[in-house]
Amino acid sequence: MQITVRIPPPLRKYTQGAESVETTAQNLSELIDGLDQKYPGFKKVLCSEDGKLQRFLNIYVNDEDIRFLGGLEYSFKDGDEILLIPAIAGGVSLEATESASPGCR
Amino acid sequence: MSYLKLLKCRQCGRTYQAEPIAACEDCWAPLEVVYDYDRIRAEVPRKQVESRLPTMWRYKELLPVTGEPAVGRSTGFTPLVAAPHLAKALGAREVYLKNDAVNFPTLSFKDRVVAVALSKAREFGFDTVGCSSTGNLANAVAAQGAAGGFKSFIFVPADLEPEKLVNTQIYGATLVKVSGNYDQVNRLCSEISQKYPWGMVNVNLRTYYSEGSKTFGYEVAEQLGWRVPQNIVVPMAGGSLITKIHKAFGELQKLGWIEPAATKFYGAQATGCSPIVTAVKNKTCEIVPQKPSTIVKSLSIGNPADGFYASKMIQETGGAGEDVSDAEVVEGIRLLAETEGFFAETAGGVTVAVARKLIRNGLLNPNESMVLAITGNGLKTIGAVSGEIQSDEAIRPKLAAFEDRYLNIHATASA
Repeated sequence: MQITVRIPPPLRKYTQGAESVETTAQNLSELIDGLDQKYPGFKKVLCSEDGKLQRFLNIYVNDEDIRFLGGLEYSFKDGDEILLIPAIAGGVSLEATESASPGCR
Repeated sequence: MSYLKLLKCRQCGRTYQAEPIAACEDCWAPLEVVYDYDRIRAEVPRKQVESRLPTMWRYKELLPVTGEPAVGRSTGFTPLVAAPHLAKALGAREVYLKNDAVNFPTLSFKDRVVAVALSKAREFGFDTVGCSSTGNLANAVAAQGAAGGFKSFIFVPADLEPEKLVNTQIYGATLVKVSGNYDQVNRLCSEISQKYPWGMVNVNLRTYYSEGSKTFGYEVAEQLGWRVPQNIVVPMAGGSLITKIHKAFGELQKLGWIEPAATKFYGAQATGCSPIVTAVKNKTCEIVPQKPSTIVKSLSIGNPADGFYASKMIQETGGAGEDVSDAEVVEGIRLLAETEGFFAETAGGVTVAVARKLIRNGLLNPNESMVLAITGNGLKTIGAVSGEIQSDEAIRPKLAAFEDRYLNIHATASA
């Protein structure tokens, strides 16, 4: 089973510029942990310190908000495309090309 | 001269220069414009504001635009009117209507936000602008985009009211109808704005765009004689307007332009799309997204970007959230029209019907002053009420025919 994760521009600094990443994760937690192993620091931008998903990050499976599919309970299916979209998206800071950001204060 | 200091993340506090960026890179939260209030207080007396033209730009020091606005120079300063007949119908003492149904140029409060966003788009050098919209924003971007000489792409759910589609295309904008709801349209726009160097007013220009909503609040306060109402009822889609009115009242107090006073904020939604009200009723700030199903398309945002902050603020001010059925929305539109002579769009029906429900439920004190925010024009959502309007058969152009039909005076057969 393989799924595709589309990486939004602000996160491509972690993926060496890759726009999408293939994984075999079974669910969202596995996906996040797997990506963090492959790209250290990834989890910190997706989750807050208590491990919960960032409030202003929306995750879509194909065309559907993952919260309508059961959220963390949802089991990925072969060929699923995962999108990470900020709730208030867009914008390229002139600082965006600099090194990884220092984390929430 | 601009008094804009910087952009600041609402969640983690990280600061940014004033660029076309809307979300924090660390935690994805929205950014907020911070001004140099000390300098404004020192350099801009309230009298100076009062001496300016009656447009939203009389508060220009509190807006993020540098220099003169590129578009929307005549936008804003819509009427605030006392509504004694509606007050009587609601059983309330002091009701005011802030009427953005007659805002210029496209008859909704969105003209305010777009005037700021497109002026900022010009500053940033964008030649193409766009938005995802439930209708009113589409109209405003299309019209002001045309006036500003921008190329524009407007993305809307395909099932929008026909009035709002025509009111977008007439300005020469490229209207992109998307088969899906607003939240899906918005997601598409997010992807587009990550790929193309365009000024999407409610995406990468959102930080500036939303500041335009504050002028609604400044005007309410000034038109009440530089004081805030005890209560304000505001319709909510993404939840931005209500939070920006709150920011506006706070800024006026910070500047010493009004006396410190508390306002309770009440958020209004249609039951068929009420994620923010649901959060408020559950005494939480966490929004559970919904799939909208209501005639109130202008408020049909199931995953509201500012829902968290709107629900938090409503609870902190001691206000409440309430939702009403589509039938109540239509009643609200009719009540407003028949008592005060305003024809509001469905969102206005929501506001009026919610105010009535809150008063009945004892959550809104009818003995205190209240402002109802009327944000859009009824001519844009005629379909919502046209079925309610009885249309008589035509009469012959004869006096007797008129009297017979309408005055119940029946001519006797002449000899």
